[in-house]
Amino acid sequence: MREYKKVRLILENGDYFDGFSFGAERSVSGEVVFSTGMVGYPESLTDPSYKGQILALTYPLIGNYGVPGKEKEHGLLKNFESDKIQATALIVSDYSFEYSHWNAKKSLAEWLKEENVPGIYGIDTRKLTKILREKGAMLGKIVFDDKDISFFDPNAIDIVKEVTIKDPIIYNEKPNQKKIVVVDCGIKLNIIRNLIKRNLTVIRVPHDYDFLTQMFDGLVISNGPGDPKMCAKTIYNVGRAIKHNIPTFGICLGNQILALAAGGNTYKLKYGHRSQNQPCTLVGTKRCHITTQNHGFAVDMKSLSSEWQEYFVNANDGTNEGLKHKTKPFMSVQFHPEATPGPLDTEFLFDEFIKMMK
Amino acid sequence: MEEPKLNKPKKVLVLGSGSLKIGQAGEFDYSGSQCLKALKEEGIQTVLINPNIATIQTSEGMADKIYLLPVTSYFVEKVIEKEKPDGIMLAFGGQTALNCGVELHDSGIFEKYKVKVLGTQIDAIKDTEDRELFVKTLNEINLKTPESKAANSVEESLAIAKKLGYPVMIRVAYALGGAGSGVASDEQELLEKSKRAFAYSNQVLVEKYLGGWKEIEYEVVRDSYDNCITVCNMENFDPMGIHTGESIVVAPSQTLTNSEYHKLREIAIKVIRHLGIVGECNIQYALDPYSEDYRIIEVNARLSRSSALASKATGYPLAFVAAKLALGYSLIELENKITKVTKSCFEPALDYIVIKMPRWDLQKFKRVSLEIGSEMKSVGEVMAIGRKFEEVVQKAIRMLNINLHGLVANNIQFNDMEKELKKPTDKRILAIVEALKKGISIEKIHDLTKIDLWFLHKIKNVVDTEKELSQFGISDAPRELMKQAKQQGFSDFQIAKILFKNDRNKMTLKKLEVRKLRKKYGILPVVKQIDTLAAEYPAKTNYLYLTYNGDEDDINFDMSVNRSAISDHAQKLKIFDNKKSVIVLGSGAYRIGSSVEFDWCCVNSVLALAKLGYETIMINYNPETVSTDYDVCDRLYFDELSFERVLDIYEKENPEGVIISMGGQIPNNLAMKLHKQDVRILGTSPLSIDSAEDRHKFSKLLDELKIDQPEWTEAKSIEEADKFAAKAGYPVLIRPSYVLSGAAMSVAAGRKELDQYLQKAVEVSKEHPVVISKFITNAKEIEIDAVAQNGELIIYAISEHIENAGVHSGDATMVLPPQYTYHETIRKIKDISKRIAKSLSITGPFNIQFIAKENQIKVIECNLRASRSFPFVSKVTKHNFIDLATKSMLGLEVKGKYNTMDLDYVGVKAPQFSFSRLHGADPVLSVEMASTGEVGCLGDDLGEAFLKSLFSVGFSIPKKNILLSTGPIKNKAYLLESVKKLAEMNFTIYATEGTAKFLEENGIKAGLLHWPLEKKEPNAMTYLQERKIEIVINIPKSYEEEEITNDYLIRRKAVDFNIPLLTNAQIAKLFVDSIHSKKMEDLEIKSWEEY
Repeated sequence: MREYKKVRLILENGDYFDGFSFGAERSVSGEVVFSTGMVGYPESLTDPSYKGQILALTYPLIGNYGVPGKEKEHGLLKNFESDKIQATALIVSDYSFEYSHWNAKKSLAEWLKEENVPGIYGIDTRKLTKILREKGAMLGKIVFDDKDISFFDPNAIDIVKEVTIKDPIIYNEKPNQKKIVVVDCGIKLNIIRNLIKRNLTVIRVPHDYDFLTQMFDGLVISNGPGDPKMCAKTIYNVGRAIKHNIPTFGICLGNQILALAAGGNTYKLKYGHRSQNQPCTLVGTKRCHITTQNHGFAVDMKSLSSEWQEYFVNANDGTNEGLKHKTKPFMSVQFHPEATPGPLDTEFLFDEFIKMMK
Repeated sequence: MEEPKLNKPKKVLVLGSGSLKIGQAGEFDYSGSQCLKALKEEGIQTVLINPNIATIQTSEGMADKIYLLPVTSYFVEKVIEKEKPDGIMLAFGGQTALNCGVELHDSGIFEKYKVKVLGTQIDAIKDTEDRELFVKTLNEINLKTPESKAANSVEESLAIAKKLGYPVMIRVAYALGGAGSGVASDEQELLEKSKRAFAYSNQVLVEKYLGGWKEIEYEVVRDSYDNCITVCNMENFDPMGIHTGESIVVAPSQTLTNSEYHKLREIAIKVIRHLGIVGECNIQYALDPYSEDYRIIEVNARLSRSSALASKATGYPLAFVAAKLALGYSLIELENKITKVTKSCFEPALDYIVIKMPRWDLQKFKRVSLEIGSEMKSVGEVMAIGRKFEEVVQKAIRMLNINLHGLVANNIQFNDMEKELKKPTDKRILAIVEALKKGISIEKIHDLTKIDLWFLHKIKNVVDTEKELSQFGISDAPRELMKQAKQQGFSDFQIAKILFKNDRNKMTLKKLEVRKLRKKYGILPVVKQIDTLAAEYPAKTNYLYLTYNGDEDDINFDMSVNRSAISDHAQKLKIFDNKKSVIVLGSGAYRIGSSVEFDWCCVNSVLALAKLGYETIMINYNPETVSTDYDVCDRLYFDELSFERVLDIYEKENPEGVIISMGGQIPNNLAMKLHKQDVRILGTSPLSIDSAEDRHKFSKLLDELKIDQPEWTEAKSIEEADKFAAKAGYPVLIRPSYVLSGAAMSVAAGRKELDQYLQKAVEVSKEHPVVISKFITNAKEIEIDAVAQNGELIIYAISEHIENAGVHSGDATMVLPPQYTYHETIRKIKDISKRIAKSLSITGPFNIQFIAKENQIKVIECNLRASRSFPFVSKVTKHNFIDLATKSMLGLEVKGKYNTMDLDYVGVKAPQFSFSRLHGADPVLSVEMASTGEVGCLGDDLGEAFLKSLFSVGFSIPKKNILLSTGPIKNKAYLLESVKKLAEMNFTIYATEGTAKFLEENGIKAGLLHWPLEKKEPNAMTYLQERKIEIVINIPKSYEEEEITNDYLIRRKAVDFNIPLLTNAQIAKLFVDSIHSKKMEDLEIKSWEEY
């Protein structure tokens, strides 16, 4: 038998689960969330939107194809969504100690240990998911050897600060192509890759950066973790940008920030959408797209003025999935058109954004 | 939501798939039934054509009109002419329906009668079916297909292969289950395979062979608004080179990264859009194991075996949705039938792993090759659900019901390990286990098998656990290790076998000891739901499995706390509280001898229970069934039909009782074991079942009742057997006890044969001695299917076999009501059945088989359960025997007058064989069952019903040339009148030497064709190969021929070249008589309702 260290997951409401450790052995705390995506744990773990969160995967067999290498392209890691594991910890049902894949360089366990992130297996993740579904997302902690710690709430702090960059970085700088400012609220690298692929120069700036001081053609507000209302500075900057009619594209947190900048409101969902199978209908049509999602907050459509229309709506629960200004070049989506992980169905939105800049 | 702009047809014709055969099995009963339900919900009138009488879809009320007629263009056109439907569904009846649809379209029939093809259009179907068009179409959107070229002749295929370089793969257009395909490593091999392939089709595709690449499938759905989803992806455990129907398959894929998964998904969507498919399609890929390079192998523009699997694996009702989409709905307008709160426009998220394993029955055939490859040979499949790969693979192996207990703790040996790994057979996964035990490295096994290392490592985990467990005994096995074993899918039996060091005495007690121990340790399985969304939304439907990888049940069982107290009382009074539940045990994997007919029985039992207000619980693990549909029962346990698992579920559910008499032999065999654990079995007492199953007890009973039976003995050694046979006289019938479909059953004409066969039979069942009985020749076989209550006969139907006794009842052509049987015989049979029913106090369904010779009647078999022919007799007599049986088991009043014998029409059930798929197998009828399916047709007289049924299994009226080779003189004489009729009808008759001579002596002109082994022209082989013969009548000389004979070569050649073959004298005679007296126009186009 494999002798692995026992470890306990304790939820805010007192429920607990006993499992075994396969990652770093240290007690941690955060908001416990579940994702139902069946592939893409390297992408998910490095998604900065998971900052401060303990991620439970509902798909039980994890680690099967190991972890790829750190090759780079355009100065960006090819196989990850940021340069490190962002989630606080990982919870799975059945960890595959032996992996197999041509591009794997190490096991998931090795990677978690390297990055000092706990991982636990042997958990009834379906039971955990049902608790979160019924009682709502809640705080939790992973406790080793009775080394108890207190609960930490990532939504109570300005967590974006922890995942953004310090100084602006320019990618794919070439003459005669459009320049995009990307506000990094914890950006997934595939957003940048998608812009580069479309022959755009990308100026990636910190979340609170005053980008209006420079010349550019379009603005992208990235995804990111936490409560959007914590991003006061970003909301303020975006508000100024739309006053200048700068073509703007918000993704995920960016959707919420755009809504807030336009005077609307956001609210916390009971347990959020974290999966790769969310159907989003293009409002006014019967066209529906399968999208990747990772968010705990949503835009309250009713809070926006009549100048704004709903772009997409969730076909399952009717929540807002995007905004579009009726006359001006502003759009945003709650889901992830850049995917990674997940379906590539809505990548066309980057093209829509480019069209908007013309 | 805005009103959908639908152009709904008023009346839709649905084409079924006909008889079950290798490559096209029960999955199309599922898809057709779902299609009919979807149409019905829309208020659309439905007309179904399907001669498969054992299916749910051909049951009363499923379609408004049911035609038990062949799915061929002739009959479909006739039905269209009569019914005038305005729409037709082609995607729900497999390759049969699709091919028939293309033919009708091309001959302008749809246009002529203004029938609209619903869903995917013919052009798109052609783009996927015609290999050259397929490659061209995908090239248009820059997608990769294997380097290949279509050949229209054998010569052309050789030239293409030369260019591509060997090895090459050849594929046949419009073929099901890879028929005629194969890998050729050199020119000689290609020549042979190419010739055979052209027997099926005018076009063959020669492609670069991608052996060793990963094989991945996606199920894709598209609506007419261009919304596309992939419902499921699947990964084959066995890499490219083994047909996906022959592969172990997991869902979702296990070794694909996000990038690979979504790249292939994206391509699937591009393909479905480009082809313009509306509804469902399946796409198969080869994926390079060392890069993201891929090839698109195949697209099936219809519901398929894979889509049935995907539907059961995910809970997504693919067939139902596909039917709605064909009517013009969009995916967002359709609700998710499982959650009932979300929409059909989503992709299921699984929080479990599913494995499919093929079920082969190769040992049933003589001379068949055991190797598996690019052609399908498996006859069924099982699906296991769990939360670990180790768990599902072990579950699945047990589900195959071939005496294996999982990956380990089996008694199986391999001689040449390397060969077993390299040249896959049906047992390869066990060879991997043995190799690991012998210390062969995982890398070496990977080299030989090309199976991904990930799967091999998981198998090794099980081998390791077995090793660890073997260091302990029942007294000191540690809890954590026991738990690990249970989580890895070890059964109590496996653990018992390991802990008790292979001491096989009293295994039942030992496994109960293990059960006790693990319960003491608190190691119990939990019930989990399949809800399509990984618990993200609450599911309303109870689609369940059990696992040890979890802490709590998804279902609240507290409601049932007080059930047992009530039910004991209720049972005594024979009154049941109507709010109580009943478990119906399903039939397991389709295999030879147990097929869709038992699923029909199970489903009808469940429907009867539901109508009576019971909560219905089904246990079954066959993804090709209707019984495992989400809308059939209140709770479906997609799990093992084992003693351990049924008891687990019983303990959780605490139902009113368990019905074990509907699912064939698997549940029947559990009767006694469950009874001993105080499980409430409904219907006939398990003690009576045992009395019928145990030869000694049953024989004693017959003697007591003064009912005749063939002389028999139970032999424990070859000497004993020889002694009996010498005394009773040859031929003798040899069979092991407690088996279905006559596995290892055989007839020996002399001592040499007897000794030879005993070896085989003894191997089959060591614990049970061999039963040898006198084999009665030239006798008729008659069956009774009946229902009794408290020993009183309630309803019965008597059917006769056309073939003389000696042909397994599953392979026999059955006639109801009997046309040739004496009244006296029928009266006696009824009387005997009544007496048996009374003495065994039967309550529920039963079947007795008789042998009759000149009014002498002997009982040869008695089953106290529903038999294979229950759907046939129910549909022919129009009395639902299962409904009555279920009510009778619940103690309800069922007495009445049921007319089952005085009918104005005749029903004929005919077998479907799949010999063409089983290379080398001798296509003869024997006491071993060989057919994979059946059809049942009605007619105003025997000839009409018989011809319809024969046309339904692939025969047609020959136009010109017939080859005769009629065996022993007795048969020659028997068939003489028939041959005269053939001559009268101006057929050109060819015959082999003896037959030709005999015919000449009797004044019939016959062209002589030399025997195959004579190598002289004109030779029978040449004529067959050149397709100069349209039908072959070859009657074998003896019951069991071992060596390769001339006869065998002729039969095999006929099968390989798809030439209809008759091997039974009685059938041949009836066929000739029927075509002599009837023309095609004489076959009435009447629906089931019109009889």
